[in-house]
Amino acid sequence: MSTNTHTVSALVEDHPGVLNRVSSLFRRRGFNIESLAVGTTEEPGISRMTIVVEGPPNIADQVQKQLDKLIDVVTVETLNEDESVVRELALIKVACRPDQRREILDVVDIFRGSVVDVSTTTVIIQLTAAADTLNALIENLRPYGIREMVRTGRIALARGPRTTATHQHETEEERRFHQEIGRLPEGELPFSSK
Amino acid sequence: MVMMSGADILLESLKRLGVDTIFGYPGGAVLPLYDRFPAHPEIHHVLVRHEQAAGHAADGYARASGRLGVALATSGPGATNLVTAITNAQMDSVPTLFITGNVIRALIGRDGFQEADITGITMPTVKHNYLVMQAQDIARTIAEAAYLATTGRKGAVHVDIPKDVFIEQAEFEWPEHVSVRGYRIPGKADAESVREAAAIINAAERPVIFAGHGIIQADAAEELRRFAERGGIPILNTLLGLGGIPQDHALSYGMMGMHGSYWANHTASAADVIIGLGMRMDDRAMGRFADMNPTAKIVHVDIDPAEHGKNLFTLCPVVGDVKQVLPQLTDAIEKRSHVEWIRWIDTLRSEHRHSMMVPPGNELTTQYAVSKIAEFAGREAIFTTGVGQHQMWAAQFMDISRPRQFITSGGLGTMGFEVPAAMGAQAACRDRQVWTICGDGGFQMTFQEIATMVDERLPVKMAIMNNGFLGMVRQWQELFHNDNYVSVAMSQPDFVKIAEAYGIRGIRVSDQSQVEDAIREAAADPGPVILDFQVTAEENVWPMVPSGAALKETIEGPQRVTR
Ligand SMILES: Cc1ncc(C[n+]2csc(CCOP(=O)(O)OP(=O)(O)O)c2C)c(N)n1
Ligand SMILES: [Mg+2]
Repeated sequence: MSTNTHTVSALVEDHPGVLNRVSSLFRRRGFNIESLAVGTTEEPGISRMTIVVEGPPNIADQVQKQLDKLIDVVTVETLNEDESVVRELALIKVACRPDQRREILDVVDIFRGSVVDVSTTTVIIQLTAAADTLNALIENLRPYGIREMVRTGRIALARGPRTTATHQHETEEERRFHQEIGRLPEGELPFSSK
Repeated sequence: MVMMSGADILLESLKRLGVDTIFGYPGGAVLPLYDRFPAHPEIHHVLVRHEQAAGHAADGYARASGRLGVALATSGPGATNLVTAITNAQMDSVPTLFITGNVIRALIGRDGFQEADITGITMPTVKHNYLVMQAQDIARTIAEAAYLATTGRKGAVHVDIPKDVFIEQAEFEWPEHVSVRGYRIPGKADAESVREAAAIINAAERPVIFAGHGIIQADAAEELRRFAERGGIPILNTLLGLGGIPQDHALSYGMMGMHGSYWANHTASAADVIIGLGMRMDDRAMGRFADMNPTAKIVHVDIDPAEHGKNLFTLCPVVGDVKQVLPQLTDAIEKRSHVEWIRWIDTLRSEHRHSMMVPPGNELTTQYAVSKIAEFAGREAIFTTGVGQHQMWAAQFMDISRPRQFITSGGLGTMGFEVPAAMGAQAACRDRQVWTICGDGGFQMTFQEIATMVDERLPVKMAIMNNGFLGMVRQWQELFHNDNYVSVAMSQPDFVKIAEAYGIRGIRVSDQSQVEDAIREAAADPGPVILDFQVTAEENVWPMVPSGAALKETIEGPQRVTR
């Protein structure tokens, strides 16, 4: 993996528009997204975005801090690639006559991929791996003719028991706010908040 | 269980937040809301003449008072007219709440009449925004919006509400507390970073403070003074930081930046330790980043960690609220006086004072006019400005010495801010004299608000610095485009007649000798007043750091600028 990509993992509120907020931030600040993958998590209402950013080494710090400023971003962390499991899934549709199947299967086996669809003229190959491995497989399949291809973009988790998920509760400031600013003006309002 | 309409829920919620003034403009999508204003007399609605002005007024209101400013507009064009004001407030971190109506829910996304994707439009220019799709969500959303706008790094929050949500009935339930799990408010700094910062400051021989808007926003002027006095550290202000320390304080050395003083910019460039306090190392204040004192060690205290290292390498970032961090730092640093360093700066100042003086002679210059206004109106008055030469001269010559005394558009640099911001400041501070220093260009962008001020009895004194030019642009064309004046000369209307048309007093000032009387007369008038100061036309603002140059390349006077 080249040294100028950074894997940023963010837990975000599953609100409408949150993807828009994130992509809008990247566009506005001129951060380059190489890939972005979103999916649900173990916690209802929270999604995880894994974003691969291209740029100089100090960019990750700004990306992380700017992301953290978004109210809908709950936590964000830059994953050290050596201490994380990083994977990407690709589906590759390769031109393949029946007499070529054996040969292509051999290549796929070496990479521990699988064939998930066959027609008289094509096969679809599936591989989950680190990006380098995927790139290597693609290079090996290129001579046969790649008809089309889709990649999910990287997803990643820190190795070991550590997690990014922090289940936060109300802070001191939040409590104070409601005592000071949000309190019920005495006697004035007929409505009870109870 | 209390059932109420969405409109009532919104207004009740605002009352619970202590909101008593809303600047707004009606239209179809907010009709059900306007229908309910009479039932909530605790909230005063100020009918402006243009939504942009509603937004700037809310902004001026918030800057003058420190309280949440609120503006309201209808869907589509009403909402898009707010965009400049929203961006302006967010750029300068002003606690503001913008509420817009939208088309009914069933029409959203179908290009309904007066539909604009306003949350999509404001998304990149707000701290946060909401589209509220059910009346039952209004109370929680408004509480949350106000919470976000007024805490942490303050800013603009926008809430968009479809018309039928104002009508829908729901239970009114004021949330016991707001909980935004993705939001943290820095308070005190952690002990480790305070120790680190104090060690750097204690080892400094030539320390300097850059004090920004954060000092004012956090009400930390007193904390700043104590810190600076203990460390014996000279203070420079950014444009928006003016007022954080009185100009006559022994450690106050005035404004730095593009039109800062020669000595301030050279002090910034010669320091060995820079302590940034509540500021964002903006390019107008810093000059060319690469040459803004590359050898100095930077300690940067800011409530927004994303400001650390954004523009300049920061050796010691300190995350926290300056009001809480400064006492920590004051306790941690040693008492110093830095006699030699201060003597060096004082000498520099006395040698270069001439470039920051009101030009001698009896011409009517903007410098003369604004310094006289400051002298007569005094420290208790509030001054707002537009953007351009008059803004820089106001910053240089109005002796800004009190927090919230000086209200100006810094980050966005919005012409037309001056009059509506003054209107908002006056609405917030009815017992203070409010003067707005206007450009003849900027004034013509938003002076329709005189009608609002007449309706609302807001006696703002509008001092137009009438130089017949878009002066700051003309200055750049003169200096950087070989005198090639393109689209900068403007014919002006008769400003005194404009005053008459609005039924207020207008005073023309064409000679220096008339200035003092005119100011006295305006101050004595119970209503708004226009003063048309016919100032010298082709004056330039000095000193100047040409754009793209370093602070130490400050040019003091009218010579050819070569770059
Ligand atoms: C809304 C807006 N449009 C354009 C500009 C660019 N601009 C900056 S200063 C300036 C001239 C301002 O002229 P005036 O209000 O007469 O003030 P002066 O510089 O003459 O004091 C212009 C056009 C701006 N800052 N804001
Ligand atoms: Mg002008």
